[in-house]
Amino acid sequence: MTAPALEARGVSHSYGARKALDDVSFSVASGAFSVLLGLNGAGKSTLFSLVTRLFALRRGSLAVLGCDLQREPRKALAQLGVVFQSRTLDLDLSVAQNFFYHAALHGIGKAQADARTAELLAAVQLGDRANDKVRNLSGGQMRRVEIARALLHRPRLLVLDEPTVGLDIGARADILTLVRGLIASEGMSVLWATHLTDEVVETDEVIVLHKGKVRATGLARDLSRQTGAADIKQAFMRLIEAEAQP
Amino acid sequence: MTLSAYAICLKGIIWREGLRFLHQRERFVSALVRPLVWLFIFAAGFRQVLGISIIPPYETYILYEVYITPGLLAMIQLFNGMQSSLSMVYDREMGNMRVLLLSPFPRWFLLLGKLIAGTLVSVLQCYAYLLIAWLWEIEPPPLGYLTVLPALLLVGLMLGALGMLLSSLIKQLENFAGVMNFVIFPMFFASSALYPLWRVREGSPWLYYVCQFNPFTHAVELIRFALYTQFNPTAFAVVFGCAVAFMLGALVAYDPSRGLMALRGAPGAAA
Repeated sequence: MTAPALEARGVSHSYGARKALDDVSFSVASGAFSVLLGLNGAGKSTLFSLVTRLFALRRGSLAVLGCDLQREPRKALAQLGVVFQSRTLDLDLSVAQNFFYHAALHGIGKAQADARTAELLAAVQLGDRANDKVRNLSGGQMRRVEIARALLHRPRLLVLDEPTVGLDIGARADILTLVRGLIASEGMSVLWATHLTDEVVETDEVIVLHKGKVRATGLARDLSRQTGAADIKQAFMRLIEAEAQP
Repeated sequence: MTLSAYAICLKGIIWREGLRFLHQRERFVSALVRPLVWLFIFAAGFRQVLGISIIPPYETYILYEVYITPGLLAMIQLFNGMQSSLSMVYDREMGNMRVLLLSPFPRWFLLLGKLIAGTLVSVLQCYAYLLIAWLWEIEPPPLGYLTVLPALLLVGLMLGALGMLLSSLIKQLENFAGVMNFVIFPMFFASSALYPLWRVREGSPWLYYVCQFNPFTHAVELIRFALYTQFNPTAFAVVFGCAVAFMLGALVAYDPSRGLMALRGAPGAAA
């Protein structure tokens, strides 16, 4: 049996007295496009910081493709590609230099890195911008570069934290199409965190996170049916409003 | 991970630090101008005021410019260490630090790599300064240019590690000014960089003891002796011990399970 791409079991995290995540459990199926859906402040970024080991996991467990993040952190990180909400590119370096640095941090030599960089930049339609400084790219182009860079070391799970924030409608659609295409082209799994319900399609696996708790999981169309909603947007609103009811 | 993968990673970290340094030409210029101002203006002015007796490692009376040269080399490294600290805070705020810490290599290795990269940059600056100082007729023995190298590397590591430790304590870039006031100036002035300790003791015995406990004093003395092809075991022991202690402190501070990041959360992370 294939291990889930990501498995969270009983994960909790607090900032002092404030609980950001409370007993969160879910799994991301291998080869699936899963959406972590939640409003701002739901705990999505905290969860990302735990998955990427920027925060220490104090309660619960997280495993990437069967590798426990506590016991085998390096093996788990090697299989993980990450696109953070805030940009992490070095603006003063060129696109290719950013890729080269990322490759070095994963122990990939120059020849291999150059070939992979060319391949990935072509895939995100930025093959002609390799030598441009990142500072000179548009917001949408920077995002595409970040996604391509996250794939450089051939991860098997790509996690993206609100990757379309601040982009116009065209750039958002491009990025969504690009990432959905990766599941087939790169044979990977994706966890896409967002608060935008229009980024979800009926066949997506959805994890609804609200105020640090998982409210529901399942296919988008099943959640709509279970809540008697017309679409995922309505289903999402009903799920989070249900919690507010006495 | 193979040994060659570690080498690739280290090379990449050094390459990026070097490239950033080259991109910031004003950083190189200001790193050089600062000690040169002290050398050309301050030292020239104080040459007649501050007489220096014959003290080891010097075998004769020396000009004040000669005396303060090791202190100015250490000053270059002190500022560079704090500059690295500043760039780490900047990287954290801009998110670049996340790219580094997401690497599957051990965190101690990544931080050590960053430290080595910063140290190499500071050593280059020191040699650039020594070249200009030589034109100003400050001429240590030729072999001294070689024997000072290990001292510069060790001092660079110690001050870089201190900067790294401080960077974990600084929450925002704006707080960095405090480092200037509470770390750089006290460390530099309460040391043997500008005046020999026997003179300090004459003026203020308690300040003498403060200087003795200041690791920067020992960094200056280690460089001073090494530049004159001599070895100062006490200075070496203090600098080495402090380098290890600061490095361990920085590793703990950047450890997500134990460090300060764990207490206050990683930078830039929203809930």
